[in-house]
Amino acid sequence: MTMMTKPAVDLELLAAKYTQQAERVRRRLVVCAGTGCVAGGALEVHQALLEAVQEAGLEAKVELRQEEDEQTAGRQVTRISKSGCQGFCQMGPLVTIFPDNILYCRVGVDDAAEIVATLRNGETVERLLYRHPVSGEVCRGTGDIPFYNRQTRTVLQSCAFLDPEDLREYVANSGYAAAREAYLNMTPEEVCQEILDSGLRGRGGGGFPAGRKWELTRIQEGERKFVICNGDEGDPGAFMDRSLMEGNPHSVLEGMMIAARAVGASEGIIYVRLEYPLAVKRIRRAVADAEEFGIIGDNVFGSGLKMHFTVMEGAGAFVCGEETALIASIEGRRGMPGIKPPFPAQSGLWGCPTVINNVETLATVPRIINLGAAEFKRMGSDNSPGTKTFALTGHVANTGLIEVPFGTSLREIVYNIGGGVTDDSGKVLEDGFKAVQIGGPSGGCLTDKELDLPLDFDSLREVGAMVGSGGLVVMNQQTCMVSVARFFMQFTQNESCGKCVPCREGTRQMLVMLDDIMEGRADETVLSDLKELARTVQMTSLCGLGKTAPSPVLSTLDYFAEEYRAHVEDKFCPTGQCKALARPEIDPEKCIGCTACVRKCPVDAISGERKQPHQIDVELCVKCGACVEVCKFNAITGV
Amino acid sequence: MRNTSETKTTLTVNGREVSFNEETNLLAVLRKADIDIPTFCYHSELSVYGACRLCIVDVEGRGIVTSCSTAPEPNMRVRTDTKELRQMRKINVELLLAGHQRECPTCDKSDTCRLLEIARRLGIDEIRFKENNRQQPLDRSGVSLVRDPNKCVLCGDCVRYCGEIQDVGAIDFIGRGAKTQVAPAFNKGLGEVECVNCGQCAAVCPTGAITPRSEIEDVWEALHDPDKTVVVQLAPAVRVSAGEAFGGAPGELATGRLVAALKRLGFDQVYDTSFTADLTVIEEANEFLTRYQAGEKLPQFTSCCPAWVKFMEQYHPEMLPNLSTCRSPQQMFGSLAKRMLPERLGVEKKNLVVVSLMPCTAKKFEAKREEFWSDEMADVDHVLTTQEVTRMIKEAGIRFTNLEPRAFDMPFGFKTGAGVIFGSSGGVTEAVLRYAYEEVTGSRREEFEFHQVRGNRGLLETEVELGENKIKLAVVFGLGNARQLVERVARGEADYDFVEVMACAGGCVSGGGQPVNGEEETRERRIHGLFNADETLQLHAPQENPYVQEGYNKVLREPGSEIAHRLLHTDYTNRRPTLGLEVPEEHHPRPKEKVKIEVCVGTGCFLRGSQELYSELAAYLKETGQEEEVELCGTYCHERCDRGPVMAMAGIRPMTCRKTWMSEHGPVVSVDEELLENCDVNAAKTAIQEKLKKLN
Amino acid sequence: MCQNTDSSAVQAEKQKQPVRSFEKIREILRDNNHDPARLVPILQKVQEEYRYLPEDAMSYVAAALGLPAARVYGVATFYAHFALQPKGKYIIRLCDGTACHVKASIPILEAMRSRLGLGEEQETTDDMLFTVETVSCLGACGLAPVMLVNEQTYGQMTPEGAVALIDKIMEQENNQ
Repeated sequence: MTMMTKPAVDLELLAAKYTQQAERVRRRLVVCAGTGCVAGGALEVHQALLEAVQEAGLEAKVELRQEEDEQTAGRQVTRISKSGCQGFCQMGPLVTIFPDNILYCRVGVDDAAEIVATLRNGETVERLLYRHPVSGEVCRGTGDIPFYNRQTRTVLQSCAFLDPEDLREYVANSGYAAAREAYLNMTPEEVCQEILDSGLRGRGGGGFPAGRKWELTRIQEGERKFVICNGDEGDPGAFMDRSLMEGNPHSVLEGMMIAARAVGASEGIIYVRLEYPLAVKRIRRAVADAEEFGIIGDNVFGSGLKMHFTVMEGAGAFVCGEETALIASIEGRRGMPGIKPPFPAQSGLWGCPTVINNVETLATVPRIINLGAAEFKRMGSDNSPGTKTFALTGHVANTGLIEVPFGTSLREIVYNIGGGVTDDSGKVLEDGFKAVQIGGPSGGCLTDKELDLPLDFDSLREVGAMVGSGGLVVMNQQTCMVSVARFFMQFTQNESCGKCVPCREGTRQMLVMLDDIMEGRADETVLSDLKELARTVQMTSLCGLGKTAPSPVLSTLDYFAEEYRAHVEDKFCPTGQCKALARPEIDPEKCIGCTACVRKCPVDAISGERKQPHQIDVELCVKCGACVEVCKFNAITGV
Repeated sequence: MRNTSETKTTLTVNGREVSFNEETNLLAVLRKADIDIPTFCYHSELSVYGACRLCIVDVEGRGIVTSCSTAPEPNMRVRTDTKELRQMRKINVELLLAGHQRECPTCDKSDTCRLLEIARRLGIDEIRFKENNRQQPLDRSGVSLVRDPNKCVLCGDCVRYCGEIQDVGAIDFIGRGAKTQVAPAFNKGLGEVECVNCGQCAAVCPTGAITPRSEIEDVWEALHDPDKTVVVQLAPAVRVSAGEAFGGAPGELATGRLVAALKRLGFDQVYDTSFTADLTVIEEANEFLTRYQAGEKLPQFTSCCPAWVKFMEQYHPEMLPNLSTCRSPQQMFGSLAKRMLPERLGVEKKNLVVVSLMPCTAKKFEAKREEFWSDEMADVDHVLTTQEVTRMIKEAGIRFTNLEPRAFDMPFGFKTGAGVIFGSSGGVTEAVLRYAYEEVTGSRREEFEFHQVRGNRGLLETEVELGENKIKLAVVFGLGNARQLVERVARGEADYDFVEVMACAGGCVSGGGQPVNGEEETRERRIHGLFNADETLQLHAPQENPYVQEGYNKVLREPGSEIAHRLLHTDYTNRRPTLGLEVPEEHHPRPKEKVKIEVCVGTGCFLRGSQELYSELAAYLKETGQEEEVELCGTYCHERCDRGPVMAMAGIRPMTCRKTWMSEHGPVVSVDEELLENCDVNAAKTAIQEKLKKLN
Repeated sequence: MCQNTDSSAVQAEKQKQPVRSFEKIREILRDNNHDPARLVPILQKVQEEYRYLPEDAMSYVAAALGLPAARVYGVATFYAHFALQPKGKYIIRLCDGTACHVKASIPILEAMRSRLGLGEEQETTDDMLFTVETVSCLGACGLAPVMLVNEQTYGQMTPEGAVALIDKIMEQENNQ
């Protein structure tokens, strides 16, 4: 008898060999190579560290390769590896040292030699440690830093150290064990049931129970079925999926394999946003490695079942996050959503039953199989078990990638993890909080009233927002909410596919109305017209993009009605952000009469005697803001 | 086993019980229950698209859904008239109206515009939204159709018809979001792309965004000109639809009154295209019998549908020999008219104007084909569609319904039933059989009909015995069906002797120039009208037409004769879209008055400094003040990478490409297709000056 | 006459050669098995070669895949990544994701556009040196506002900083 396919992979052997090698790594310096840190120069830092280690006469290694076993046998090495996003983007470039668990922040090329020196003498480079902004306390590692220790990192956990281009390290951390379990020891029904029992809900937006989707696909007749990973993360303030694909691509593949086992699919397609070149590269590498090591192929784990992957790059269309549009795009057509039913589970790619899950959902799946549904459900809230990653950004001290259990309050996220609200320069403000925009263009704005709301799929929907893809943007008091609504409207308007009337024409008209409001042209009827139009777009649009497009407008109309009315009735923008409605004022208390503004004003709108408080003529003023910039005493406001 | 009556179930609409059976969506159920839900994008023949969002209904337990995309279920409780639905429908129509150029009084489509009708029905009395002021130019590049993007509501009906039914795909959605448009490739004109002019896009368009190109003014001009003698030919399918615009039912024969109206409009002679249809049958049947006996160029495809002819020329030029060489009845008429009528009517040829009245927009294109022109004169000068002629009748204030029917003028007004049924799918085939049967067997059948080729189906296959032979026939309509058939024939999976193809559903009765009528049974009723007309005529076989016989005796001698070939047959052009590599140089005329320099901006070129070259040249031209004479622009790889950067002048294309394509040869420049290798900025400057010197 | 014969013969010979044989596109099509379903990846590759999608290239792809040209054009105009016009040597992509927007990315855009003298709807400078566009979220929100110049990321940008960067690039270009 001849063996037609590769022998089934022995995960334990693979792990053991890796561990044996890894044991010789005396110290490991993990440089965060997430996009934020790379932008800050992390790759140069990595190179500098490597050189410094070599100069220090240590055996340096970047990767642990199988074939190198012989040469370095028995010798201790220092490994300088790259990881995916470690999360604390604000403090990047980040370098973590294992096993000491020291986290260095804002590391520069010049710091390399000093860091390497401590590897010998056991000291730490104190100036590179995180310092608590309020208490001034120095934190050695992630365990001491509130940003990290108030989070619950499960899906993101491995991203912080794993070499995303090393399949063996993933395996050594019990990777692909869940997939093997699913293929060898569970029936498709059991896998579906486990996911159903876990209460896992889709992390991509709507929160549809993943198990139900799988079950619906499983029961369809059909030789050919597909599993698609939706990596077309397009929310303008979110990068969780990107970080996962870059930082732990094998967890995504493993999740897809389990999904494929559950529904009876043998083809997986990973659709990655083209703007994420690194994610594309890592996913491609992961697929190639999984093939090479025999994890996927024509006889997965000796089960006799096939599993193959293809990677497809999106070409820049937010609407392709919508399932039917994504399928159209894979089929080589314009990414315009189709009607449902039929649902992709019934008739998806090429008319075959298709499961589409988002990246984070899939990355969560192996954990559920490993832990069991009951254990998984212990975390999170009743109707939304598990954890959720968020991209925390905006006017907040600690921006970055975070993960918390569902049910965590906004206050915990903004104040404890995020370290509080800041002004434009990054200074923490005592009571600067105005709103949080959650869920991106499909989501809504929440106010201080919702600060203690436990965040989950249902609670957010009740207050007019949604988990969405997980963008969480904190806004301070200087932010004009009409302008925020307009920003999202502009986004959805640009990204509308143009197919259905309410979304194509409705979002355009909503944008026109918001522009009128911001530029002082709107009359009193605009707010009711806007609301009625928004409701129509919400109720009658074809796909999720259109149905949720009005959310940012509707939620701000609800929670910041006063601000809208000020724009419309008083022709006044309280934050001064809307230039046309700005009302510049000079605070006589602060103005010392230096005349700098008088000289700077291009239209001679400011007058006043030297050393006397000045006045500004609102009629003449063109709201260029030149005076504000030149005033050293912050006496001019409202522009 | 359950029988069908058991599967019949009911649901409730507005509290009323409604039964449904095979309907696949709620919209069809509602229509059957006589509730006319507004919609732009639902067509029973096309895929469900779900874009206009007007057919929304409220289904208990599900909320607001579109009825076109919701399957009926037993005991569903549906409402079509809640306050919320009415408001939202209105807002969506208002949104469309805001983006629509509202010039209803001067719009060609006003009489049958669905947007106008729905806006009226919903009682829209104000539009709260701002108008879209992006004014776009009309596309008048085609001779058959005019496209007005400013009136498009993007329902996609035309796109789906062109793609799904006709399998042409000449138009598609272009751009995204608020900038979405329906347009041909590269925003070209309809006349410049693979449009076959069938006009079904215009027929399904709910607004005036695509309309038949009017020749009304040209015809009035001729009618007003005292020096001109204007004759008109009337196509078969027109007589069963022209009455519709005046309150008549589809299929009602309006021939006599139409002749009377045309006379009143000032046409000097009114003839019948069915006359030359009889002639076409004889020519085509003889052609077929000859081929059949020789066993060559089979199957023979009919050639009377100009949309189909262009389709073949574009997509299957290798099969053009199989196309019958017969001109269509319209063109046979034009050819004979321009040669015989001057003498008969005593007019100079240059003063004879031949107008045809057709159900079809592609006939406009056909009349402009250069093979149907001689001495700079067209055989058919103007083609009016049914829509246009009814407008002329209305303009002239003629009360159509009160007209006394009049008879056609002779001799070109005489026809048999064979020439009349041409307007229906299967008609040409039946007419050919009526002739061929007698020709082959030498005897007359008892009944004249060949029912086996009637059926109003997209593809009909049958065999007919002619003497000892069984002839394998196919009758097909819809160019998508036709393409499949042709491809099956090409692959050897199908074998026919004779294939009739009509582009439009059911044949010419549904032509793109016919009155637009939303009623679903229109097609059947018009077809029925034609066969009725056939029955009431005395003669049914073309060979019985005495004037046709006279024509052969006096001029044409015999079917397929040399003179018949010259006057009644034609040949075809390969119109397959040429790929870049096949395009000969002369097809790329370069503007001679300006020197055009194209600089490659491809990846490799950039690596090798084409941008620097470009900006240096720009600066140089500015400096020398030759910006007006030289046009500088970027282009893409010229595939001379091994000698790049390359520059082509008129066009100059400096270019480099990715590494593997590069070699050590330096930049290359070309002047007038002549590539200058190893080009640098000085070489380019010299080349420009030399070129300019030559030009001046 | 005699002298000209040679060169015109050469010229005639050259004229016989097709302007382009689309060898690269053919290679791309072969790599993708001439599969119409792979239209998007095919166009991506073509654009990688040419830096934009020329009309001829799209026509060629359409004909080779047996698709209507309008369909290919429809796909090319649907996705933001596809460019129908050549882009500049330096492509500046300013992030206008939520975080960057909240941290004032638009003034940076305005400053750059005005420095480069770009007209309304114009993205590429007349000398083809710069293209300025916005993108949604580059995923570097921690460094907001962020922009990319070709592959290089610049964080915590200001209008002044962006203009200075442009000036620096221009200076480099002039010195070359």
